[in-house]
Amino acid sequence: MTVAPASAETWREWLMSDRPQSRRQASLGRAYGAWRAFARNRLAMAGLGIVLALLLMALFADQLAPYSPTVGDLRTTRLLPPSAAHWFGTDDQGRDILSRIIYGSRITLFVVVLVAVLAAPIGLAVGTIAGYAGGLVDAALMRITDIFLAFPRLILALAFVAALGPGIENAVIAIAITSWPPYARIARAETLTIRQADYIAAVKLMGASPGRIVLRHIMPLCVSSVIVRVTLDMAGIILTAAGLGFLGLGAQPPSPEWGAMIANGRLYVLDQWWVAAAPGAAIFVVSLAFNLLGDGLRDALDPKGVK
Amino acid sequence: MKAGLSIEGLRVVFDDFVAVDDVSIRVEPGQSFGIVGESGSGKSTLLRAVGGLAPKSAGVISLIGAPDLPEPGSRAFRRRVQMVFQDPYGSLHPRQTVDRILAEPLAIHGIGDADRRIQQALDEVGLGTGFRFRYPHQLSGGQRQRVAIARALILEPQILLLDEPTSALDASVQAEVLNLLEDMRRRHGLTFVMVSHDLAVVTYLCDQLMVMQRGRSVEKLSADDLAQSRVAEPYTQRLMTASIGFRRDRTETF
Repeated sequence: MTVAPASAETWREWLMSDRPQSRRQASLGRAYGAWRAFARNRLAMAGLGIVLALLLMALFADQLAPYSPTVGDLRTTRLLPPSAAHWFGTDDQGRDILSRIIYGSRITLFVVVLVAVLAAPIGLAVGTIAGYAGGLVDAALMRITDIFLAFPRLILALAFVAALGPGIENAVIAIAITSWPPYARIARAETLTIRQADYIAAVKLMGASPGRIVLRHIMPLCVSSVIVRVTLDMAGIILTAAGLGFLGLGAQPPSPEWGAMIANGRLYVLDQWWVAAAPGAAIFVVSLAFNLLGDGLRDALDPKGVK
Repeated sequence: MKAGLSIEGLRVVFDDFVAVDDVSIRVEPGQSFGIVGESGSGKSTLLRAVGGLAPKSAGVISLIGAPDLPEPGSRAFRRRVQMVFQDPYGSLHPRQTVDRILAEPLAIHGIGDADRRIQQALDEVGLGTGFRFRYPHQLSGGQRQRVAIARALILEPQILLLDEPTSALDASVQAEVLNLLEDMRRRHGLTFVMVSHDLAVVTYLCDQLMVMQRGRSVEKLSADDLAQSRVAEPYTQRLMTASIGFRRDRTETF
């Protein structure tokens, strides 16, 4: 093993080396190359910055929020406009909107992460297995995918929530169930081109089992495009969650979910515009950030783009 | 220990297209057998069928030369029969380092001592330690083909299937790779079955050869026969003329 170098300049050289000396150096070097391609994209960096800020906001909500997100004073602080004391104003229950948005970031992140963790692996597995196996397996799996794809996402989510009962967890499950088919399609399309490659024929010739070929040789090549697609879908996921919240089928009061907050502000949207505007802006900024991040990731990870 | 290869009445059909039709060859242990023909003559398909990569609709493929040789499709068969592909740019996984590519066959067959074996395989094909943790895109075509050869040889096979191993490389690198292959054959007592459209390459490397056209065997002859132009079939003659190269006065005969 090599000794890790000390200064920044030698670190860079070590990472970019043409002849890595160890597995670790080779994979770190590759990651560094992708990072450099990503970092060149200013907008993507801005998106990453916002997403990181969201992450920190959720993590330190207790320290950051000036007031309680769920308890307000109905006598003194009801529907106050933005001011130094309440930056984004207060809502009809006298609760500070800034604090509610800060705590709401936890719910948004919870939804986004859980949907990604549930939907992406399902889509990836279904797509690669269908693409590699072909024939009857492919037909069966892809028809199931088609069925899920044929349902309008929000309507199916509505049906699920109606069956399972309202609540943020059920909303997440509903969104996850409706969002995996596109990932399966992408993974299948990629697998169809990869399975014909000689490097797959070579491992087949060595006697690798189909499971091993899919898991170790095909999936790693499909992961990057699925990650890009998931990131680009994040905005849609946040909007669907907010939509369910708006309809009263997602997060239940008094939890500070951004979509539910807009629904709440709808009653006062003409006179007390800030009640709906602040969570709306929050949804907009985070959705945009995920879109920018996804775009940057596509440029950095696309196997066809960068060598 | 050496093993040879026997193919009897092999037939490969894709949907309605007959790619290989009733071809029989016998490759003695340690021999080097060449298959030549134009594009689409079924020579690569024949090779892939031996490796189990193309569907066999009739015929018998078996190893010869020793008792108790494994059947095609079995694990033991795969360990004895390995293949080098035509395009070194397509035959190495783009996201795996040379190290991982070489470790994979050892992992599949549960062979220990991977570290030393990988090192030895790289040394044998003339790639030093500097190449071990590189990605394929950091290698030249010739270096990639050396990695592909190392991958095929790391399982210590007895038969090596070569699918136009040098046609994607430029002339100077071609000679290097051919010399390496010949060297490997002598050192490990390998049996070669090589497909090529290049008669010069086949005569350099092979003792026996078969000419194929449209999925059928046209003629079988030895390298000496070819060198002295003792060919019977007109198709082989045309192929020979073509391999000599373009000549203005010959174009009339085509």
